[in-house]
Parts: sequence; C-alpha cells; structure tokens
Amino acid sequence: MRRLKVLYEWFDRRLQLGEPIKEMALHPVPNKTASWWYVFGSAAFVLLMLQIVTGILLALVYVPSAGQAWNSLNVLNHQLTLGWFLRAMHGWGSNFMVAVVLIHMAQVFLFGAYKFPRELTWVLGVFLLLMTLGMAFTGQVLRFDQDAYWGLGIGASIASRVPFVGNWAVHMMLGGPIIAGATLSRFFAFHVFVIPGMLLAFACLHVWMVLKLGINEWPMPGRIVRRATYAAEYHKLTKKDGRAFVPGAVWKDAFFSAAILAAVAVCAAVLGPYGPGGRPDPTIIQTAPKPDFFFLWLYAVLSYLPPSLETPFLLIAPALGIAGLVALPFCAGEGEKSWHRRPVAILMLTSIALAWSVLTHLGTFTPWSPKMTAWSGGSPVPVRYTHDASPLQRQGAIVFQSKQCRNCHSIAGVGGQRGPALDLVASRMTEDQLIRQVLQGGGNMPAYGKNLSPSEVTALVSFLETLHPANEPPAADASRNAAAVLVTPAHQ
Amino acid sequence: MSEEVLLEGHDEEETAPVDELAVSRRWLLLKIGAFFNAVVGVAVAVPVVKYLLSPAKPDGAYKSWVSLGSIDSFPVGETRLAKFTNPVGRAWDGETDRVACWVRRIAQEQFQVFAINCAHLGCPVRWFPQSGLFMCPCHGGAYYADGSRASGPPERGLFTYDTKIVDGDLQIDAGQMPTLSNTAQLVQIQNTPGGSPCAG
Ligand code: HEC
Repeated sequence: MRRLKVLYEWFDRRLQLGEPIKEMALHPVPNKTASWWYVFGSAAFVLLMLQIVTGILLALVYVPSAGQAWNSLNVLNHQLTLGWFLRAMHGWGSNFMVAVVLIHMAQVFLFGAYKFPRELTWVLGVFLLLMTLGMAFTGQVLRFDQDAYWGLGIGASIASRVPFVGNWAVHMMLGGPIIAGATLSRFFAFHVFVIPGMLLAFACLHVWMVLKLGINEWPMPGRIVRRATYAAEYHKLTKKDGRAFVPGAVWKDAFFSAAILAAVAVCAAVLGPYGPGGRPDPTIIQTAPKPDFFFLWLYAVLSYLPPSLETPFLLIAPALGIAGLVALPFCAGEGEKSWHRRPVAILMLTSIALAWSVLTHLGTFTPWSPKMTAWSGGSPVPVRYTHDASPLQRQGAIVFQSKQCRNCHSIAGVGGQRGPALDLVASRMTEDQLIRQVLQGGGNMPAYGKNLSPSEVTALVSFLETLHPANEPPAADASRNAAAVLVTPAHQ
Repeated sequence: MSEEVLLEGHDEEETAPVDELAVSRRWLLLKIGAFFNAVVGVAVAVPVVKYLLSPAKPDGAYKSWVSLGSIDSFPVGETRLAKFTNPVGRAWDGETDRVACWVRRIAQEQFQVFAINCAHLGCPVRWFPQSGLFMCPCHGGAYYADGSRASGPPERGLFTYDTKIVDGDLQIDAGQMPTLSNTAQLVQIQNTPGGSPCAG
C-alpha cells in the first residue's frame, strides 16, 4: 500500500493531474440532480467509447475498397471468430447512441438546462448530435451493400439540387463522377478520422463545461433564471442542499451505463449484425433501397412532399432546423426552467416526437412504394372475385393483373398501397369515372390511355364494375338515369 | 525513490527587468513570426485545397462515348436493360464501375437511352413492358415508355444519354451519374397525362 502511494506521488509530481481531478470529482452538485433523469449524457459518452473501441476492432479486418469491402464484411460475419458479434455490437451501439443522444437532448430541453450560463454547452451538444447522425450515415455507407450504394445515390441526388454548385457538390461528395472506389475511400476517411476526431474533442469539451459550470439544478416552478443572479443562487444551492459529485451523483450514471452496454450486447447477441445486404452491383436493379432506421422519417417526408416543394424543403429545412436549435439558448436564455410553466416547450417536444414516430412508422413499410412484383410474384386475383363473372369480366381480371395495376392497388389485401384498395371501387365510382381514371390517370396514377386497346379497357372496366358489395348496387350516374327517364316518354 | 524536488514554474519569483523597449521588441518578433507562419500557411493551403477540389470537374469533363454493343441486340419497338463499364474508373472500383441503362429502340436507326436513376432521388427504375411504364421502387415515381414523367414525385422525365450509331454499334455519351444538376434537358414531350406517345 505504501509502495503504491509512493508510486502515485512519483507520477503525480510529474503529471500534476491529481489536484484538478480531485477538485472535479468532489465539486458539489445540487442534491436533486442526483436523479435517474440525469444519466443519459454519461451514457452517450460511454456509448461513444464503445463505438470507438469496436470500430477500431472492426478496422483491423475491414477493407475500405469498393471492390473488397463487401467481401471483408462477409468474412467478418462468417469466417472470423466472433466477427459477427463485433459487427453487431458496433451496429447496435450506433442505434443506441443515436437514441440516447436524442433522449438526452429532449431531457435537457425539457429541464431548461440550455439556459444561462449553459448556452455554449447546448450549442456544442447540437453539433454533437449532427456529428452522431453523420457517423450513422457514413457508417451505413461503409456497410457497402446495395442499400449503401443506392443510399449514396439518394444523397447525391439531394446534393445535386443545390442551386449553381449542385454538380460540384455531387462530385465532391462522390469523389468523382459516379459512386465507386473513390466514394467509399472518402466516406471511410470521414467515418474513421474526421468525424470521430471532432466528435471526441467536442464531447470532451462538452463534459468539461458540464463539470465546470455545474450540473443543471432540478427545475422548480417559480425559480427564475436571471443572468445577474444565477451564479450566486446556484452556488448557494450547492452549499445548502448539495453533495459531492463523486460518489453522490455518479453512481447512478455508472449503473445506467452498465445497463446500456448490457442492452447493446444482448441486442447484438440475439438480433445479430446488420447485413451486409446484396452485393453493391449497380446493374442488379431488382432492389428496393431503404435507409437505416434513423433516416426513415426523411425517406417518408420525401414521398409526401409535393414535387415543387421538395428542393426548397431539402435545402432550407435542415438549415432552419439547425439554426433554430443553435438560437434556442440565446432566445430563451433566461426565465422559467420548469416544464410546469413552459407549455409551448412541451407542445413542441411532443409534436416533434409524434411527427417523428409517425413518419418513421410509415417509413418501415413504405405504403407509397409500388410493390414491384405484386402483379407477377403474388397471388392472382382470387377466385371469389371471378367465380360468377362473365367471360368479359374474367378477361378484365387478367388485364388488371397483367398491366401491373396491382403494383399500386391492392385487391383482397394483396398488392401495393400507392393507390387506394380497389375491392369496393365500383360502389364509389361510376363506369364513366372508371374509364376516365384508367385512360387519363391523374392524382399520382399514370395514364393507361396509350397502353390499353379499346377492348382491353372495356374488359378491365367491366371487371372493376363487379367490385362492390353483394347487397349494394354499383355506383351509377344519376343524371344519366334522369336523362333516360326524361327521354323515354318523348320517344313514344 | 527518495524525496525529490521538481522545478515548479511559479516558484521562480525573480522578475525579469522591465524594459519597455525589450518587451515591444519581443512582441514585434512574435508578430513577425506569426506573419511568417501565415505566409507559409497560405502557400501550403493552396495545393491542399486544389488537391481536395480535384474531383469537381465541369459538366462533360468526365464524359466520353461508350459502346453498348451491336444495335442488333436491341429489337425494334422494345426496351431492354443494357450494361456498360464507366469510362472513368479506378482499379479498385470492383463491380461499382458497372452502370445499367434502359435502351429503347424506336425504329431501325432511332434510339432512346435512359439512365437507370430515377429523376427524383436516383433509385433504379424498372421497366414493365406490359403496361409500358417505368416504375421506381423508392417513392413510386412512374414514367411512360418515352421517358416522360407519368406520375409521382419526380419533377421531370427520365434522364437520357446522347446516342449515336458507329459501325453498327450503339454508343452513348456517358461517364457520370446523371442528376438534376448535370442533365438539364427535359425529356417531357407533352405535358398532358395520357397524351404522350407511348410506343412501348
Ligand atoms: C403507379 C401506381 C399506379 C398504377 C400502376 C395504377 N394506379 Fe390506379 N391509382 C393510383 C393512385 C395513386 C390513385 C389515386 C388517384 C387519386 O388520388 O386521385 C389511383 C386511383 C385509381 C382508381 C380510382 C380509385 C378511387 O377510389 O378513387 C382506379 C379505379 C384505378 N386507380 C384503377 C387502376 C387500374 C385499373 C390500373 C391498371 C390498369 C391502375 N389503377 C394502375 C396509382 C396507380
């Protein structure tokens, strides 16, 4: 024991780190901040460490070359002892990290912790979030499979919409004219050197400020933040009702971080690594690319925006969003911290969370995408739809199937969801309306006018006319009936 | 390890003689040193920036004529998938230097070659000869046989390559991923839905 102390003293006399570390560990924090609500920041930091360690371990094997990356991932998955587990840890670690960073941010927002004097801590936090998302995207690219390839295509298409310098932006992003070797190399450099370096430096600075400025006190309704008095009030609070940071507050962080790491390991062991999916061969076009979980919401937004709004949205919305986040502590740097007195903050947070979950949910099953094989691979029009049908109507059912209508329209629950399900279409559309819709399309449906012969149209529409409930007649044009009634007597 | 005393900066109590002139001379030297660094910094930054920007080239710099094979492999009146190797590439591109495109042979000597990339977000469109439509799996963009926009989120028709026929070979002017910023010409022939010529 004595020898250890001597050894410690020998080092500390040279390093001179003992005093500042002790001071940092023992600084008083308000009692109430030793709460389970305050554990997400440290968990995010621990996850960052996990990502760095697992990332380095993967880099021992991974080949950042467009020709070999996919193969090296498969070697990791199938040939190296526990290579799959490390890939899974890194992949799930990434998911957990994005999730924990988002939760941490929501909590900081809700607790008003971004207010004076912690504005810069929040701003750095915004950049940390952006870098975490950047890591998630570049990481998806390094999993160099079909989804990564076409995901890059989506990225390049977005970059190309920048006015004037679009072409330049695409070349810079891809490292050349197409998605190829140069692209992977530069994403590797970003994922492994540039962003992690900045992430680590910013995260350390962020933690430094948290320790120096003190952990945000528990928000109390009516306790108003004022620039002039805050520091003194906080100081008094930590004196009167405080405890040493170590071990008083930190043991909960330790427990939670361990639990998160265990959760990552369990997910990795049970659910396994992500992909890699199909080979990154751009000439294999039988693919439906989809981004990773945290970008699904964007994928959904891009399908619902009207075409004319897309470019402005893509270019302006992110800038506005980031500007808003950065501006927040400067616009609302004083005042109430408690969520009991900040209804707008609660409303904002819940509506963002709600919109995000709905869009992500939609993104998981992409109702806007045609089902490319619904017409050929799925089941044909069920017998019950054609059992009592005339030959013409049966012919129509064949036209319906073979002209890919089902890629966008479901019948009997099978088919795409891009257009409405057509099981009951005859009860809401008249024959004329059906013909018009088929020939002219409209409202996101292509016009079939040039691709159906008149007899095919007749057959198809007579089949569509049968799609109504047995006890309900098909829709009919009331004015026609009226005209018929009016005309008939005059003829006699 | 016996007791040892290390030098500690703040123990040096002796103060340097205050010499206004000397101080300002030191500051001047530091300023010159900083300026010198700035000059060298700029001199070094120029090649670095040039190196970084080297992939960005003007529209067309990457393009050249590529053969898609004999025109006989494309039946008149049909649209077929063709594949070629990108003219600009590196040895380690692997399969990613391969590019697919849709070739539509309208008449004996008349071709239209469409990029595989949807004009919306670049996903690979698929051709359905039965309905004469290209459909995109990502967000459901659809195009008619002539490449004009049919429906969905794309703002324009499919991107096309310039074509020519040399000694019975179909050639296209290719080399870079077609995007909204480098392929400006619109394929849309008629604006009315259903009114476009679909020979497919
Ligand atoms: C690219 C996808 C797509 C394809 C292929 C397609 N449709 Fe549609 N269809 C739609 C969309 C989207 C709508 C909704 C239009 C609207 O909102 O006005 C629609 C609407 C309809 C409607 C009106 C339904 C209603 O309740 O308003 C009918 C009928 C219809 N389609 C029939 C067909 C037939 C028959 C075919 C095949 C010849 C076909 N569709 C192929 C996308 C498609």
